[in-house]
Formats: sequence, C-alpha cells, structure tokens
Amino acid sequence: MTYQPISVTELNTYIKEKFNEDEYLNNVLIKGEISNFKNHYTGHMYFTLKDENSLIKCVMFKTYTPHLDFMPKDGMKVMVLGSVSVYERDGVYQIYAKAMKQEGIGDLHAEYEKLKQKLEQEGLFEKSHKKDIPYMPKCIGVLTSNTGAVIRDIINVSTRRNPNIYIKLFPVPVQGQGASEKIAKAIEIMNKEKLADVLIIARGGGSLEDLWTFNEEIVARAIYNSELPIISAVGHETDFTISDFVSDLRAPTPSAAAEIAVPEISEIQNKLENNKRRIQNALRKKIEIMRLRYEKCMTNKSFTDPLEKVNKSYMLLDKEVKRLETSINIKIKEKKTYMVQWITKLDTLSPLKTLTRGFSIVTNQDGKVITSVNKIKKSDKVTLRFVDGEKKAEII
Amino acid sequence: MKDANFEETMENLEKIATELESGELSLEESVSKFEEGMKLSKKCNDIIGEAEKKITILLQKNNKIVEEEFSCEEKQ
Repeated sequence: MTYQPISVTELNTYIKEKFNEDEYLNNVLIKGEISNFKNHYTGHMYFTLKDENSLIKCVMFKTYTPHLDFMPKDGMKVMVLGSVSVYERDGVYQIYAKAMKQEGIGDLHAEYEKLKQKLEQEGLFEKSHKKDIPYMPKCIGVLTSNTGAVIRDIINVSTRRNPNIYIKLFPVPVQGQGASEKIAKAIEIMNKEKLADVLIIARGGGSLEDLWTFNEEIVARAIYNSELPIISAVGHETDFTISDFVSDLRAPTPSAAAEIAVPEISEIQNKLENNKRRIQNALRKKIEIMRLRYEKCMTNKSFTDPLEKVNKSYMLLDKEVKRLETSINIKIKEKKTYMVQWITKLDTLSPLKTLTRGFSIVTNQDGKVITSVNKIKKSDKVTLRFVDGEKKAEII
Repeated sequence: MKDANFEETMENLEKIATELESGELSLEESVSKFEEGMKLSKKCNDIIGEAEKKITILLQKNNKIVEEEFSCEEKQ
C-alpha cells in the first residue's frame, strides 16, 4: 500500500470548495462585538467578531466600506451580512462582510433624542443655570473608575500643572447595570458633604452602549441639581452625551477636563508676581512725579526770592509819590501865575494910583466917601486923604 | 468673612494695579492702595502656598465616607 498524501494547498482548496457549495454560508447574518479592529491603509477593514464564548475573523474589502453609515470601533455591537469562506494561505475561515449595521443603534438613538428633547424643554441645558468653574479650586473631586487610564490621565495632567493639587477620587462604575444610580448618588454625597470645589465626571471612549450611563435621566438630574460646578468628560471628542449638555462645562476628554479644572500654577505665580511689580512700579512712579512737582514748585520765584514782590511794590510806591509831587508843584505854579495876573489888574484899578496923580479922597466924619457937593454943607468936618497921608479940614 | 477666594483676590489686585498705573490717585490714595495691593498679593501667595499635594480615594464604609490615600500605580 502506498501513501497518497495531498498538499496543504490541496486540502485548503478542498475545504474552501465545501464552504462555497454551502448556500447558507454564502449569505449569512451574524451578530457580535467588534474587537481588534484595524482600518488598513489599503482601505480594507480587518476585525474580529465575538460573543461571550467564541470569535471569528472578519474582513470587509474597500468595495463595501463606503456604504457604512458609521465608523466601526472596538467594543461595538454589530450585525454583519456576508459569506463565510476559507483563506487558503492561512488555513482559516472567516467572514467576508458585505454590509454592517450597529445593533440596537436605532432604539438607543431614538431614546437619546427623546430624553435630550425632554430635558432641553425642561430647561436643564439652560446657560443661565450653568455655574462658573472656580479659577483655582483647592480640591477637585473626580467621579470615575478607580482603575484604568482615565484617573491616571487626570492625576498626571493635574499634578503636572499644579504639583500641589488636591484630588479626591470617588470611585464609580462607568458602565453597566446600576452605574447611573451610583454616579447620581456620588454627586449627591459630594454636594452634601461639600467634599470638593469642582467635580469632574469622566469616562474613556466607547460605543454608544458603553457611554449609555451618561445618557440616563437620573445622572442628568443629579448633575443639574449639583451645587458644585461639574465638568463632564465622557468618551472622545466626538461623543456627546446628555451629561455633557447638563453639566456646567463639557471637556472633550478626561485630560482636557483636568486642564480646565487645574490652572497652570507657574502661570498664576507669574501673573501674581507681575501684578505685584505693577503696583510697586506704579507707586514708585507716583512718588517720583510728586517729587518732580515739588521740586518744580520750589523753583518758583516766591520761594527763591520772597522779597522781590515787596521791593517791586516799594519802587512802585516811590514812583507814585514822585508823580504826585510833580503834579502838585505844577498846580502851585499855575495858581501863582494866575494870582500875579490878578494882582496887576487890581493894582491898575487901585485908587491909590489915582491919588499919586494928585487926586484926594474926601470922607465925612462917618468915614463915608463924599462923591457929591450935595452931600456936604458948611462947617462939616471932613478928612482929606492924600497918597502919603491924611489931613482934617472944614468946609467954609 | 467668606473663605479667601483666589480669583476675586487676584482680580482686586489687578484692579488696584490698573488704578495705580493710571496715576490719577492722590499720593495718599496711592500709598493706601499700594498697601492694600501688597496685602492682596500676600493673600494670593498664602493660598498658593498652603496647597499641598494630596490624592485620595473616597470609600463608603458603613454609610460613611472615609478618605484614604490613593495611588493609581498600585492599581496597575
């Protein structure tokens, strides 16, 4: 008896033919969770589809990928339509996917939109209700899982920005049954006991189902009722949850939340130093200006030559007195001339002048001038006045 | 009085600096504003200085919150 071995290739080709003959395997709908997803640069997508017990390799060629209405990610629950066949080179059978849909996505989306609309109408997203994030919180409360990258990222970013930061981690489950109730309770406790100045609610990226806890009404209401400001950092930058809308601030990632909550301490110290310098310089400048003003003031004449004004006044006074004197002298002179004129006039009219020419004045005993013969009679005693004297006489 | 609010203190300090820089205050006012500014600056410094690195985990034990030191490395 001779052995008739077949080659590996022959075997795999045989198996492949068996698969391809099977109607059912040519068109099969499979549900499962994506893992090991790789979006190859050639445009083909490679991933594994799994459930709790089993897994199968999966490929979607670039002919089909443009029809996808979502970007597949690890952890997503999907339905895949395709055929199962053998890849002879590796001796593996795998799904050749033609179409893929996110499982249950329709329901969750509708629910999300419904709750979002309801809470929005109630005013839970109102800007006016949003609280300011404190500039420099003494203590930051973080609500997230106590394992994994999220808390580690937050601690790393926070301590890098401020080495003396105080962080309180309140561990909560971030997905699964009961997670939303525990998160809501944690928010309540943090508020009741005033355990922090600001809260960060954080979770890493995941599928819509994974993030679902943060789309629950109980979480939204707890955030709304919180007196402590809350920064929400759920999933990646592109994921928007109801929590993001209700919270006082949405951070695109947990690391970004830490950056918002924790100020760069060196920046603050610089700012403080700068302000201190500003007021010191301003006061110094003020004093300098006041000193210059004082000096300028002291160079004023009233300080350098205080008697100047007095002396000036003296001189003015002297001048005035002199002017007065002059004007009085002129007046006196004028009057003198005037008087001389009159004296001359008077002199010409004086009777004495007439007397010198040989006239004499006759006066009666009463001293009255006799100007007519009718006013005189015989034996009247009269006085004759001559220029150089008087003589008594009797009328005969 | 309310616990020293860092942001308000810093804002007041900035306001004083701007006022002083305007040069419109009298010398007396300037000096008193300066003193106030230095107090605020010290207050800010104190707030920064009193902070101390602490990373803790809040655990619920018998309906009470207990604060314990937390190290994320040991959880790895």
